[in-house]
Amino acid sequence: MSAEPIAWPAGDTSRIPFAVYTDEALHRQELERFFYRGHWCYVGLEAEVPNPGDFKRTVVGERSVILSRAADGTLHCFENVCAHRGMQFCRKRHGSGVKEFVCPYHQWSYTLSGELQGVPLRRGVRQDGQVKGGMPADFNTKDHGLTQLKVATRGGVVFASFDHDVEPLEDYLGPTILAYFDRLFNGRTLTLLGYNRQRIPGNWKLMQENIKDPYHPGLLHTWFVTFGLWRADNKAALKMDAHHRHAAMISTRGNAGKQSDVSQVSSFKSSMALEDPRFLDIVHEDWWGEPTAVMTTIFPSVIFQQQVNSVSTRHIQPDGHGHFDFVWTHFGFADDTPEMTARRLRQANLFGPAGFVSADDGEAIELSQCGFEQKPGHRALAELGGRGVEETDHMVTETLIRGMYDYWRKVMESDASGAAA
Amino acid sequence: MSTPALDFATWQALVQLHADYAAAVDSGDWDLWPTFFTEECVYKLQPRENHERGFPLATLSFDSQASLRDRVYGIRETLFHDPYYQRHVVGAPAIRSVGDDGIRCESHYAVFRTKLDGLSTVFNVGRYLDRVVQTPGGLKFAERLAIYDSEMIPNSIIYPI
Repeated sequence: MSAEPIAWPAGDTSRIPFAVYTDEALHRQELERFFYRGHWCYVGLEAEVPNPGDFKRTVVGERSVILSRAADGTLHCFENVCAHRGMQFCRKRHGSGVKEFVCPYHQWSYTLSGELQGVPLRRGVRQDGQVKGGMPADFNTKDHGLTQLKVATRGGVVFASFDHDVEPLEDYLGPTILAYFDRLFNGRTLTLLGYNRQRIPGNWKLMQENIKDPYHPGLLHTWFVTFGLWRADNKAALKMDAHHRHAAMISTRGNAGKQSDVSQVSSFKSSMALEDPRFLDIVHEDWWGEPTAVMTTIFPSVIFQQQVNSVSTRHIQPDGHGHFDFVWTHFGFADDTPEMTARRLRQANLFGPAGFVSADDGEAIELSQCGFEQKPGHRALAELGGRGVEETDHMVTETLIRGMYDYWRKVMESDASGAAA
Repeated sequence: MSTPALDFATWQALVQLHADYAAAVDSGDWDLWPTFFTEECVYKLQPRENHERGFPLATLSFDSQASLRDRVYGIRETLFHDPYYQRHVVGAPAIRSVGDDGIRCESHYAVFRTKLDGLSTVFNVGRYLDRVVQTPGGLKFAERLAIYDSEMIPNSIIYPI
């Protein structure tokens, strides 16, 4: 399926046509080119499926998939569509101690690695000395396994791709982003703290843009600016991979409560004080190095959050051009003290669908989508910090958004149906 | 299961507490909300999945009346959101135990959300798991866990459940 080409009014990506958020044909093409071909998508943490027989149902793009750990400990990911009549057979969201997957409709059964192992009445029934019915003699179970995805893991994080020719995960992330990935997932065993799920009525790319936009946190998020967690005059860096599809926003906390250019903004509240200061009981962890926050966007499917002691993965699950589900998985590390676990959980109040900070983002995305739908021929402006794409040592720029659309255009405007990567 | 005994005055006060709480959190006067709790209270809004699988993460997790007041400040002053009305419908409390640590009870709830230009929709449904204690100021929640079935939150939850 091919979408109508759209016009970029500035020539570069400093003006973003609203059509990229409202056009359903473009959305179908994005699924094909970004989620199903040439890219790795996040499917979960190894800590969610620690033992053989554990599984988790999740999605890649809009396709339901199962992440499973087989008896030999290997991880597998396969599509949740029965090879027989196409039923989405797995309805549980997770499980353990599983020996096989069985489609309830005709009881075709699959191994934990997705191979077809059993077909009822395959050899027919014997009646009056004759075999009647059954599958043709040339039916081979090996030809009818579930659709397999390629799987890659690093530091306890699991990615999958429908494209078996996709480049290695490390090359996909590129050395700059890989370094920030490894900072967070440095080989320690992860522990699962739990989930938050929200359905946001906006285009999925808006969530990537939200975490590539260091302009808004010190403005929209009063908490961030007032307590110095994220403000425009903090020491900062913005980094990208060579394709400009992934990014890291790196910030070092400082300047809490101080007056400067940024405290002129209306969301700064110099008199604001917490009645319960434990929300901001921040303890520096050795693995941070200097930065106190690194927000990493891995295109197209996931965001890795480190905001002081709160760490999570945020999985973007599109559902049509105008909605996505956003699944937060908060975790800790096996060597955390009980006090550190309590601290991570308390700081989690800042994030998620009701968070002191993050609830704003979903609301802003919903109302942006409303504006796009009202005026689909219009365009957004993204020229803070210039019109080009480059890494910076400050936050007063929309360069990462321009970079993402630079990549988007390369892939979406190429004649070949494959990714530019 | 035999129901633990509660004298009528206490039962009436408990039912009144539940009804008053629902009326307060739907009134728009957010300052009322913390007054239903003790100083060292626990309030959690948690998806049923985390509760049943033993995961500690809650969507909101507060462990003092002071932190509830911080939330009220957030609702009023810092959290940008599309404004809405909410309406709680709460079932009668089922008493689970009565002891030195207070009354343990649970009740079902449904919260409807009505945005200013929209239709009323089901917003959040679940059950409260409560521990209620007698204080000089009357019955208060020492612990209120709102465990919700509506795990897929319709964008965001701003006001108290």
